[in-house]
Amino acid sequence: MDHLPTNNPNSLKQLSEMDLLNDLSQPYHGVKTWFRAARVQDFPENGGACVRYKDLQIAVFNFTRRNEWYACQNLCPHKMQMVLSRGMIGSHQGEPKIACPFHKKTFSLKTGECLNAEECTIMVYPVRIEDGYVHIGLTG
Amino acid sequence: MLGGGLLGLEAAKALLDLGLETHVVEFAPRLMPRQIDDTGSAVLAHKLSQLGITVHTGKNTKKIAGNGKLEGLEFTDNTSLDIEMLVISAGIRPRDELAKSCGLHVHVKGGIVVDNHLRTNDESIFAIGEAAVHNNMVYGLVAPGYEMADIVVNQILGEAAKQFTGFDMSTKLKLIGVDVASFGDPFGETAGSIPIAFQDKHNGVYKRINISHDGKYLLGGILIGDASQFNIFHQMVANKMPLPAQPETLIIGSPGKNEEGAGVKSLPETAQICSCENVSKGDLICQITEHGAISVDDLKKKTKACTGCGGCTPMVNDILKTTLESLGHKIKKTLCEHFEFSRQELFDIIKVKGIKTYDALLNSVGKGDGCEVCKPAVASLLASIWNELIAEQDTIQDTNDRYLANIQRGGTYSVVPRIAGGEITPAKLMAIGRIAQKYGLYTKITGGQRIDMFGARMDQLPEIWEELILEGFESGHAYGKALRTIKSCVGSTWCRYGVQDSVSFAIFIEDRYKGLRAPHKIKGAVSGCIRECAEAQSKDFGVIATEKGWNLYVCGNGGARPQHAKLFASDVDTETCVKLIDRFLMFYIKTADPLTRTATWLNKMEGGLDYLRDVVINDSLGICESLEVEMKELIANYHCEWKKVVENPQLRSRYKHFINDDEPDSTIAFVEMRDQKIPVDWNKRNI
Ligand SMILES: Cc1cc2nc3c(=O)[nH]c(=O)nc-3n(C[C@H](O)[C@H](O)[C@H](O)COP(=O)(O)OP(=O)(O)OC[C@H]3O[C@@H](n4cnc5c(N)ncnc54)[C@H](O)[C@@H]3O)c2cc1C
Ligand code: SF4
Ligand code: SF4
Ligand code: FES
Repeated sequence: MDHLPTNNPNSLKQLSEMDLLNDLSQPYHGVKTWFRAARVQDFPENGGACVRYKDLQIAVFNFTRRNEWYACQNLCPHKMQMVLSRGMIGSHQGEPKIACPFHKKTFSLKTGECLNAEECTIMVYPVRIEDGYVHIGLTG
Repeated sequence: MLGGGLLGLEAAKALLDLGLETHVVEFAPRLMPRQIDDTGSAVLAHKLSQLGITVHTGKNTKKIAGNGKLEGLEFTDNTSLDIEMLVISAGIRPRDELAKSCGLHVHVKGGIVVDNHLRTNDESIFAIGEAAVHNNMVYGLVAPGYEMADIVVNQILGEAAKQFTGFDMSTKLKLIGVDVASFGDPFGETAGSIPIAFQDKHNGVYKRINISHDGKYLLGGILIGDASQFNIFHQMVANKMPLPAQPETLIIGSPGKNEEGAGVKSLPETAQICSCENVSKGDLICQITEHGAISVDDLKKKTKACTGCGGCTPMVNDILKTTLESLGHKIKKTLCEHFEFSRQELFDIIKVKGIKTYDALLNSVGKGDGCEVCKPAVASLLASIWNELIAEQDTIQDTNDRYLANIQRGGTYSVVPRIAGGEITPAKLMAIGRIAQKYGLYTKITGGQRIDMFGARMDQLPEIWEELILEGFESGHAYGKALRTIKSCVGSTWCRYGVQDSVSFAIFIEDRYKGLRAPHKIKGAVSGCIRECAEAQSKDFGVIATEKGWNLYVCGNGGARPQHAKLFASDVDTETCVKLIDRFLMFYIKTADPLTRTATWLNKMEGGLDYLRDVVINDSLGICESLEVEMKELIANYHCEWKKVVENPQLRSRYKHFINDDEPDSTIAFVEMRDQKIPVDWNKRNI
């Protein structure tokens, strides 16, 4: 089964160059599980898709142009809509961001902060590519 | 929510947004007792009750009941309130334990006592910020803390330091969806001050200003329901700016006039604009005139203005605009930070360079990763220029264009097949009914004479369209910035007044321009006689039959700012009419800014209708032939986008909610209304 969590104890040691491209300040701090979500080629280029992990919905974004991946909660905090994965990705002064398709609130994919309104900060998750699969780092 | 102060109310709104039944319990007889008066509190409480927050003032809580699990609050008046969750925001309690154990004087209510030099009773120890009590007062805001820090640092450096003599506690409530502001001396406690108040119960607006006894200066005031003047009033107090002869005009004022923009000009250079970061008007102007700042972002980076609470952003914007204007800057219209070109310039670039994809354009003339502004704008340009399948570059489209359906509340989509001219056979009507019933869709007749089916899950869209296409339907492009519908009346086919066959003409035009992408949606209509039953004069282009032919109207609009279409050509024959519409639409597509309807486009056009006539009818620019050729190519390139998707397994496979699971989104929920379904309320979803 593709979507079962992988609990590979060695995965932290196997960081390749590629993984570090995301440049999160504390890349894998507190990650307990690397969830193997889907194959790289299943995701659209320069766009996002929604991944299911148990009852959790996670939006995963493929920044093909920058060769970077980001993930955040799929729920838009503005009107509680499960839609962020269907939004448009982009950058604001170089910062990767996602725009909700409903009312175009935008959120930083590095910090989860809302960039153009006063919505609350959303959850972001680290992403790693390994063996052609997209893995999402979960703390729980 | 225990505590109806500034933070309590902001938190209450957050609780409400989480979908919780929210009550605010306040000990004082009014809300925000430190900032607003009784009338203001009543207006605010009414507004909050409209939002769904219940307010209890004058309630002294005696007990938080429950054992291990919260059950309720009990009050001294023997009433109680059942609750399951309690948030307390009932004042500041400085952490003064360390100070106390060192033998520093602390206030009975907590906090380290300081003098006007911010010294504690030990002369080598200072206290600032929320830990300090000055004159029996703890300042719970950032700005006074900064001021205190400044004073202490100057003393340590041995430089001349001011004394701390209290601080302006002007505040504006940000989150709650209701404007509340209080500035200067809100309660008119200054000797001899005269209050002037204005209340509009209907709209929930209350404004009070206190002016000095000689009527010369503004001392302070309270704004509820409309705090748009907060910044300028606050500045008038802080800078002792003279009042107008009739101070009451300040709060009754003529609506619609942009007072803020005019206001910043009259401020002195020393006026503090950003109180969080202590940035003055002079600082901002210096950045613009001396250091080349040309955007609010530049100013943010260089001065940190707007980076605290953000309340000063409108004023910073105005100062930027007026200063740039005074420098004679022409502000260049650019799409966004990723493209330094206008839409019209990009149109030419794409065409001349033969660019076919967004990425290629970004690589050649843009920078960064793009955004939600330039992606759909460029997508629309590419579609208008090449009319290729938009599904091929799906991730640069707005969600409606990406999934070829209209996203609706709750995250499901609506489906609109084309019904050209509003004419439909009984068999096709039944087919729509059958398909809608099969998929449990809500149906409604649209304003454009067609039928909208709501509530389709993303994964159902290809199947629904497969069935619709089998029944002979095509995409209605209701999701796109494209031609929507041509509305028609029955005209001479049935109507006893009709002078031309308006239905046939409407269907002809709708088929001609279907799928045409434009800067915004386009609508048209054809009426069979002067009685105008199809309301053609409210459309982007409208045709009204005459005894001799057709009258063509252009640039009308319904929507937010209705505008009648203007008569463009009279008594033209069918062929001429179509030719003029071809040229008109193509000229609009090439030159309008993104998301500009034809009415606004014309309103902004230099030379107006006469110029448009010159270009489109008299060919003053010599471009009419190429406009016609370009339109012909677009028409020849038409395809039903849904047919392409249904026939292409790879495109079809994108219609899934989860990439790693075939299940649909389990959080979608509906309720019943008049025998049909509608999505559950925003916020009330069980996630
Ligand atoms: C939810 C909320 C919203 C707010 N919104 C606004 C707003 O919009 N605008 C505004 O102007 N103000 C706002 N405020 C108030 C503002 O945040 C405070 O007035 C300001 O932060 C006070 O600054 P401070 O440095 O005095 O104290 P703090 O920011 O509380 O910093 C004190 C620091 O000292 C540390 N500390 C405590 N004891 C010790 C010790 N013994 N040894 C070493 N370190 C110690 C603490 O851990 C803390 O880091 C808000 C406050 C809250 C709670
Ligand atoms: S516009 Fe004229 S032709 Fe059309 S329905 Fe009305 S009266 Fe009849
Ligand atoms: S008028 Fe407003 S609520 Fe009605 S359909 Fe248009 S956008 Fe939606
Ligand atoms: S629901 Fe996301 S912006 Fe409104």
